[in-house]
Amino acid sequence: MNAIVTARNLSQVYEVKRGLFAKPLGLKAVKETSFSVEEGETLAIVGESGCGKSTLARILTMIEEPTEGELEIDGKVIAAGRTGDVKSLRSTVQIVFQNPYGALNPRQKVGAIIEEPLKINSNLSRAERREKVKALLAEVGLRPEHYDRYPHMFSGGQRQRIAIARALILDPKILVLDEPVSALDVSIQAAVLNLLADLQDRLNLTYVFISHDLSVVKHVADRVLVMYLGRPVEIAPKEALYGEPKHPYTRALLSATPATNPDERGERIRLTGELPSPFDPPPGCSFNPRCPYANDRCRAERPLLKRHGASEVACFAVDEGRI
Amino acid sequence: MSLLTIKNLSVTFQTASGPFKAVDGFNMTLQPGEILGIVGESGSGKSVAMLGLMGLLPPTATVTADEMSFEGRDMRGIGARERRRIVGAAMAMIFQEPMSSLNPCFTVGFQIKESLRIHMKLDRKARHRRAIELLEAVGLPEPERRLKAYPHQLSGGMSQRVMIAMATACRPKLLIADEPTTALDVTIQAQILDLLVDLQKDHGMAMILITHDMGVVAETAQRVIVQYAGQQVEAQGVETLFTEPHHPYTAALLSAMPERATGDRLPTIPGVVPGQGDRPNGCLFNPRCPKADALCRTVVPPRQDETLGRALCHYPLNARIGEAA
Repeated sequence: MNAIVTARNLSQVYEVKRGLFAKPLGLKAVKETSFSVEEGETLAIVGESGCGKSTLARILTMIEEPTEGELEIDGKVIAAGRTGDVKSLRSTVQIVFQNPYGALNPRQKVGAIIEEPLKINSNLSRAERREKVKALLAEVGLRPEHYDRYPHMFSGGQRQRIAIARALILDPKILVLDEPVSALDVSIQAAVLNLLADLQDRLNLTYVFISHDLSVVKHVADRVLVMYLGRPVEIAPKEALYGEPKHPYTRALLSATPATNPDERGERIRLTGELPSPFDPPPGCSFNPRCPYANDRCRAERPLLKRHGASEVACFAVDEGRI
Repeated sequence: MSLLTIKNLSVTFQTASGPFKAVDGFNMTLQPGEILGIVGESGSGKSVAMLGLMGLLPPTATVTADEMSFEGRDMRGIGARERRRIVGAAMAMIFQEPMSSLNPCFTVGFQIKESLRIHMKLDRKARHRRAIELLEAVGLPEPERRLKAYPHQLSGGMSQRVMIAMATACRPKLLIADEPTTALDVTIQAQILDLLVDLQKDHGMAMILITHDMGVVAETAQRVIVQYAGQQVEAQGVETLFTEPHHPYTAALLSAMPERATGDRLPTIPGVVPGQGDRPNGCLFNPRCPKADALCRTVVPPRQDETLGRALCHYPLNARIGEAA
């Protein structure tokens, strides 16, 4: 196994204007994040809104350039401030967005939507492009006659299939899936998840699967990265994360997910409070105001990711054996 | 006496392409202090049925029912003025999008105090005291300061807490929560569900929880109604619904959930929910049902009895021997 994506110390700072003369404020959406994705695996990134998971997706797909750190994709390095070989990498990494209603142009026919990347990135003739799009439509579970229809004629699940087809048309190696099923009903969600699994087997794709739904992640992921306020707090293989969650935030997140068995209702770890404002992150560990195990060290120093068994965890309480 | 009784409620919308029955024959009874879950996918009519009860549907909708009574009072031919006296006081509703349900032009305090002024006839000081009390009850820190805040200054979880404070301001007997946690993160969702259940216990308030999330239902509800394409396909207690579903749709919905999956592929429900133009003959679920036969494709299924979850099906699942199938 070799890493197809390696992120080293990625940070992303957005400048937020506060007023005409006020100095803009720096919002650190992602902070010093390092991780790697192996070829052919599914890495899931989970966390609540505002934790930086979508920013990470935008960096990975090179929609945005990171303010710090470097990213190595398929052997090529992109560093902050040095754009390098971005164009050829763009067809290696593709993205599927959350909302299939907003991601497709309502004035374009399905065929034109899927074909557009080929027009820009290949020299195929019109007939060859048409052939390729039709073959791909069949691959994602749509019919060739859908080529000439408009997006509004499709249901949410079918639209997500169109978006997946568009992402696959350039034969990418890596697919970033930003909440691909959270806008879909349960029965449709299952079909799309199955399709993604089939495509991964057939095309040997690498997935970065971004989601807030831990039950979906449990089904699809090989490894899971849990983010909190812009930093990874735990990276672990799926079995370790679900079987033996280490970070207090991971534990709370798992315990907050409603059980689908009424007999399992019961006492859960309830977090108090909400995600702190990213403008004003707490000193020390960013989770300390909500953490039941926080002590003075947690409020002053910031924990780094350390290996504990199969998992990597950023938590003093775990390091010191307090939990 | 039951708090709310609805018999054979139907809602029809006049659309450009003819009438569309969004809710067809909805039945329910709710005892005081009970939590009822209504689950279904989008377009199953779960919200529309409740909006019909509240009188919040647009004029293009026609609501008919054999019976619709709240605390023994007939809600069908009720006038707008009288309806307003009940809605917001004895019967309150919270919506899915907390951010867009609050009026951005007024402070949180103003919006909470509005219903106290209209329904409870409290004076200014008493309203202020009660508003602070309410925000404390829903767990908002610094309630005094929050009263002066505008909705844009609050996060999603905080806005939903304010909505709950508003809805419970007049100590309603019935709270209808329409997807109250769908827009929220899981840790906040858990907090809000706990809060709703606590309020329900403390005030003996009945609650109708509309959701598409089986997990939320399993966590909170006592009885569950499953809606499909405007029809009520099953109704039973929460424990037995998850262990012994009687309608094939309920069974398929449960097995399509990732947390219940065993293999590496999920069981799916083929096809989509029928829309306005493509309603099948017979059972509405037959094109997607693994058990459908010629009978299902032609004859509208009967409503089974209580022991079979009142399933709308020719061949209910998990029927015990000796019971009619």
